[in-house]
Amino acid sequence: MIITTTKGDMDDSLLEKKEGTVDDENEYTTWVEYYLNDELVHRSAHVTLKKSPFMDLFAASLG
Amino acid sequence: MANQQAMCTSFLGELLSATHNFSSANPAHTANTADTFKAALYVTTATINAATTAYSATNEVSGTGYTAGGITVTNATNPTSTNSSSTAGVGYWTPSANLVYSTVTLTTAFDTVLIYNSSQSNKAVSVHTFGSQTITAGTFTLTMPSNTTTTALLRLSTT
Repeated sequence: MIITTTKGDMDDSLLEKKEGTVDDENEYTTWVEYYLNDELVHRSAHVTLKKSPFMDLFAASLG
Repeated sequence: MANQQAMCTSFLGELLSATHNFSSANPAHTANTADTFKAALYVTTATINAATTAYSATNEVSGTGYTAGGITVTNATNPTSTNSSSTAGVGYWTPSANLVYSTVTLTTAFDTVLIYNSSQSNKAVSVHTFGSQTITAGTFTLTMPSNTTTTALLRLSTT
């Protein structure tokens, strides 16, 4: 697979791959990093938010 | 001061004055045209929160492949409202596509996206925070939640 890197497009067989996730009450995130000779040349992240701001509306009582 | 997830307070009042138009079916401003909403990313040292009234380039991320002001939010689904009882209900809206910043390099850590209305003087809508990220020659994706009464990105509720 071809990976876009800071050195140009490279085959992933030439790179060291690291992956991780964050799963907490606020988000589920996955990330992937590719290294060339210990140099970070690609990092992508995908975030799914679990919480959104919420607005309560009120209609006042009359009388 | 850190960024904080919130509905922008100015947005609340602007809803009552029909400043924002998320719908192409019931347009407030231009026939059959919803306003254009954008999504800008901010670094972790910014102060974006409920008091934010409009987009600003101050402390916005910068880097290869990222244009100041961020990306346009895809809005193909008009807002929806559903009654949950005879005295309560929910109005809700979610962008119809994920927010994708493709082939960018953002080396300064960021943790916030501001949704704002670029058709109406860049007035702020909402602030969404997440864990600190950097991107190197890669893609940053914010996956949108399901557009339902309980999970939509923006929800206005009576109880």
